[in-house]
Amino acid sequence: MRFGYTDAQRALGAAVRDVLAERCPPEADRRGELWSRLAELGFFGMLVPAEHGGLGLSEVDAVLPLEELGRFAAPGPLLETAVVGPGVLAAAPSAASRFLPRLAAGECAVSVQFGPPAYAVDADVADLALILAREELVCVRGPELIAQPGVDPSRRLFTAVCGGTVAGGGGVAVGGGVAGGEVIAVGDEARRVVDRARHRGALGTAAQLLGLAGRLLEVSVTYAAQRRQFGRPIGAFQAVQHRLADVLLALEFARPLVHRAAFTLSRGDECARRDTSAAAAAAIEAAELAARAALQVHGAIGYTAELDLHRWLRRVWSLRAAWGSARWHRARVADALLGPAG
Amino acid sequence: MDLTLTDAEEAFRRDARAWLRAHLPAQPLASMDTVAGFAQHRAWERRLFDAGYATVSWPAEFGGRGASLVEWLLFEEEYWAAGAPGRVSQNGIFLLAPTLFEFGTPEQRARFLPRMARGEDIWAQAWSEPEAGSDLAAVRSAAVRCAGGWRLTGQKTWSSRAAFADWAFGLFRTGPPGERHRGLTYFLVPLDAPGVTVRPIAQLDGEAGFAELFFDDVLVPVSDVLGAVGDGWRVAMSTASSERGLTLRSPGRFLATAQRLVALCRRTGAPAGLRDEVARAWADAQAYRLHTFGTVGRLLAGGAIGAEASLTKLFWSELDVGMHETALRLLEHRAELTGAAPDAVDAGRWLDGYLFALAGPIYAGTNEIQRNVVAQRVLGMPR
Repeated sequence: MRFGYTDAQRALGAAVRDVLAERCPPEADRRGELWSRLAELGFFGMLVPAEHGGLGLSEVDAVLPLEELGRFAAPGPLLETAVVGPGVLAAAPSAASRFLPRLAAGECAVSVQFGPPAYAVDADVADLALILAREELVCVRGPELIAQPGVDPSRRLFTAVCGGTVAGGGGVAVGGGVAGGEVIAVGDEARRVVDRARHRGALGTAAQLLGLAGRLLEVSVTYAAQRRQFGRPIGAFQAVQHRLADVLLALEFARPLVHRAAFTLSRGDECARRDTSAAAAAAIEAAELAARAALQVHGAIGYTAELDLHRWLRRVWSLRAAWGSARWHRARVADALLGPAG
Repeated sequence: MDLTLTDAEEAFRRDARAWLRAHLPAQPLASMDTVAGFAQHRAWERRLFDAGYATVSWPAEFGGRGASLVEWLLFEEEYWAAGAPGRVSQNGIFLLAPTLFEFGTPEQRARFLPRMARGEDIWAQAWSEPEAGSDLAAVRSAAVRCAGGWRLTGQKTWSSRAAFADWAFGLFRTGPPGERHRGLTYFLVPLDAPGVTVRPIAQLDGEAGFAELFFDDVLVPVSDVLGAVGDGWRVAMSTASSERGLTLRSPGRFLATAQRLVALCRRTGAPAGLRDEVARAWADAQAYRLHTFGTVGRLLAGGAIGAEASLTKLFWSELDVGMHETALRLLEHRAELTGAAPDAVDAGRWLDGYLFALAGPIYAGTNEIQRNVVAQRVLGMPR
């Protein structure tokens, strides 16, 4: 029994944090300097097996780095590439050997559309789109994209058009033309691979939301100590104190569920669905609470584009239902505990 | 990160489960807040002690079996899952004992701990006063030095278990009046000492769960001062952090309630909204368990429980209320029935548990005070 992280795991998280602190200004490019620096760290190869040039680490190792991505609201298809992509591509040996070494090196960005997640995030800067289209899980290069502008401009959403998929010869017809696609799995096998990918996606999103909530709380505490009204810092008022105490409460008790879900996934445990959904629901609600409290504590200045606060708020609003809403996840936990709803 | 138990831990858990299954009282005990029930609960404490389960984590010399903190948590999980009786000795073994281990003299430990473990001394708390509740540092009950020790005068209230307990621990002012946190001293007082008057107070459920204590020139020897004279606040905060943080309300109790809530919901069925609340309760109980394992890991690495104990207290007290409210909603028109009603579900335990849970956000420092502590001492917000 050891419910905590090793020094090596903490060091990886700290290394990612250092890169983000240095290379993640609010206007950072999605595939720019930040991406290269993370690649140098081995970030994209965390979950790629060593035989394909990765670090061969587990979900548990990925949690602290992912929290840092949330903390900095880092742009780009980082979760999709580093966390979701490796598991999906590993399901087909030919895709694994073709793409995983490049993915691990940061040369192959991935976007995914499984419904959920409904939209292919940052597909315009991705090299591969992994798409669940009816019975087939396919890997497509350069699909036709329909922009679906969302609340967070640093997390761009697209519908990847994948009509009339035709399997065979390693290619699928996409958007009316063969686009170098490849079938990764079909039928039950496709659903199984996508299920696992969704667990990782939900876990990674939950970890990012922990980081976001922590950051929002931190800036709120700082602001409440500086802003003075009625001759005292607003942070000295109980109404403000209690609101932020509640954010910390939600955050500190969502965290262990996220960490446990990572452990469950790393063991290939049958409770993966229950545990990731419990983690996701708690993390989403903690981040929503943090966002509301942060905006309220900042008052009117928080409601402007002049402060960076809105970037963190937008990221919470964008992530909170990306891999299933809190309600959706909680219903899955209920199904696991109580059997299907009658 | 590894949530698997060692073979030794698994064996410990199995043994505890088997013992509890074999020795649990055949009939539920009467309320510990009645004369008969108190005696039954005291006898149960003795049975636990004889089997080595009263205070598993204590060293053997004081009546424990030297179990690890993880094993203690496992014992608690098994204990509450089995539906075993409430611990009438909890104020002593879970609150005072950690403070005795930290601040007591060897003589005090030897004198008090084994009797506590055997259920021979049941302890009550003597913190609150009529004018000092949340503002504990406003206590006015005083102790004056005299030949042979100290003389205690004053009034304490909301003293849990005091109606039938043997001893009380509490704070008395030994410095000048109005000095707040300074000038307080932590005393141990037998409740049958001359000058002590105990007036039981009926609680919401009608039983004498707590009492008022009147001290009229009560002589206490110097050997019954815990910690240094004038250092009572610091000593008391050690007790408070046990109360809020780890020992008084370990996760096992809430895991068991959550499991029963899941079972209840499976029986009654529920609309989606209530199913979600059951799922939330289950996940929150898990979160508390995991959070506690994290705390234990930090303690084993040499850390201490500080102000973050207030976060824990907020969580378990509100979780407990929430779980019982969900259960009562599931029961609909039967929610209000006591165990005496023929239609009662689960012998009325959800209503009993609800009333018990409602005390949680009040005792051990109200949740408003805990939120102040979290904001000011954990988040570092201005006073």
